[in-house]
Formats: sequence, structure tokens, C-alpha cells
Amino acid sequence: MQIIEIIVGIVLLIFAFLAIEAKKIINSVIYLSILSMLAVVSFVFMKAPDVAITEAVIGSGLVTAIFIFTLFSIKKVGDKK
Amino acid sequence: MMKRVIAALLILVLALFIYGNLYSTGEGKLFPKFGNVNLSERVSNKFINKNANGENGVVTYKETKDAESGSANMVTSIVVNYRSFDTLGEVTVLFVSALGVGLLLSGKSRMKFKTPPNFILKAGVRIIAGIILITGVYIFIHGHLTPGGGFPGGSMIASAVLLFYISDDEFRTKVKSFKFLEGTAGSLYLIFGLLGLTMGGYFLYNFLPTGVVGELFSAGIVPIIYIFVGLKVGSELSNLISDFLSEEGK
Repeated sequence: MQIIEIIVGIVLLIFAFLAIEAKKIINSVIYLSILSMLAVVSFVFMKAPDVAITEAVIGSGLVTAIFIFTLFSIKKVGDKK
Repeated sequence: MMKRVIAALLILVLALFIYGNLYSTGEGKLFPKFGNVNLSERVSNKFINKNANGENGVVTYKETKDAESGSANMVTSIVVNYRSFDTLGEVTVLFVSALGVGLLLSGKSRMKFKTPPNFILKAGVRIIAGIILITGVYIFIHGHLTPGGGFPGGSMIASAVLLFYISDDEFRTKVKSFKFLEGTAGSLYLIFGLLGLTMGGYFLYNFLPTGVVGELFSAGIVPIIYIFVGLKVGSELSNLISDFLSEEGK
């Protein structure tokens, strides 16, 4: 069990670096979504199901959607100019 | 290049600081080892055994009657009973942020996507959105028994609204009714707090009988307050999404 926890932790770190270093912003948002999905797994391992549910709904669902909508709006304003 | 070197140095310093504090042994260490804490010396023990106001002994599932806060989920019993005032603060923070988004981004017409939603998305949403809505309602009604509560349940309702928004180009929520629901739920939370003040002497006092630990109708005002919080958060986040997806009219 501990090995799985360590692997999840390492993959979390890798996706965090990818989210910072990605060239396209949309890729960065998707890496962030994967990051919070893995964070849900590690929260369950740490026996915090309440936090895990909240993270699953808000972190990987709503925040990703709101980031993508923001990207759409930014591009629209840029196109007009 | 310089930026990355500084970032790496900062991470190294932070890692050393965390490692040194968490895994140090001997004199002057800040944190005890994980799982080796003597709980009977801590405040959390009183919250777990529900004896903050007096002795209660050990709480048994489905047996203990009329405990201080009869919710089986310990997190809920702290968040909505012992520290309910903090939850009121959280709800206020969410309200202020939704207000800010509404002031900055509200518009008359609906934002159009560049590509119209395809058939699979449209058909899938009709099946799945109802299930998501019911799961959200279930999570905040059973907040005092199972993990979850008002905030995740409300966000689930908002994500169902989000699915309606992406699957249909013309869909708009009835903003006025959502605003009414949000305001009513928020004020009812405060009214229940004031009722506790008049009946028990403390703001947000749990004045209803708490019943048997682990049953649906237990824990006094905790499930009622979680229903209000869930409705408020759900309507608030739905409004936030509809603000994000609107633009200025022509």
C-alpha cells in the first residue's frame, strides 16, 4: 500500500511540473485537472474522504471548466483587436 | 534561466525546512510522529467523543442516544455543530466572490461556442444530468452520516447546470429564481442561528433533540443547516457559471 502512495506522490509532482512548464495554456489546465484527480487518490489514502469528495467536485470539475471558459473569453477579446 | 535557478533553490530550502520539522527526532521537534499522538490530551478527543460540555463516555454507532451533537460523521459534527460560525464565514466568502464575478462579468446575452455541441454530448447529458443532480442532493441530505456535505453537494448541482450549459447553445438558467433561492437559504441559516441564540443562549446552538447516532433523522439542526448550505452553494455556483458564460449584448 505504501508503494502505491509513493508512486502517486511522484506522479503528482511530475504533473505539477508539467502544468507549470506546458507551452499551451489549455494543456496546462488539463494537467492541473489530472493533478487534482490524483490528489483525490492520495486524500483517500490519507483517510480524508470529506476532503477527497470536495476536491473531486471542485478541483477537477468546476475549476477546470471555469479556467477553460476564461480562456475562451480572453481569446474572443483578443480576436476583435 | 536565472528564474529557474532561484525557483529550484527556493524549493530546496522549503523541502529542507519541511523535512527538518516533520522528521526530526529528539529535543525541540515540532510535530509528533504520524499516528503516535496521545489523543486523550488533545481537544479533538472531546469532539470525537462528543463531550465538550461534560462526560459522555465512548460513542457507539446506532446506540448512543441524545449525544451533544448526534452526527455520525465526525467532520460534520465539528464543521456544522461545534464550529458552525466558521462555516457561516465560509458561506460569506463564497457569496462575496460570486458577487464580484457577477459585478464584473454579468451580461445580457449568452456566449456562443465556436463549435456547436455534438449529438453524443446532447444525448449523454440527458441521461447523466439527472443522476448528478440526485447524487448532489443525496450528498447534502446525508452530510451528517456519510462523507461530504453542503459544499460538495452544492458544487455537484452546479456541475449538472454546467453540463446543461455546454450541451445546449440556447440554455439559460432562470437567474432570478436562483437568486431568490440563494438569498432565502442564506437568511434561513442566520435565522436558525438566532433561534439558537434565543433558545440555548449561544449563536447557532443545537436546540433540537439529537436522537440516535447514525440515523437519518438525528443530529438536531445539523442536517437542516446542511440542506440550506447545499442549496445556497448550488444556486450561487450556478449563477457564477451563468455569469461566466454570458457576454455583453449587442
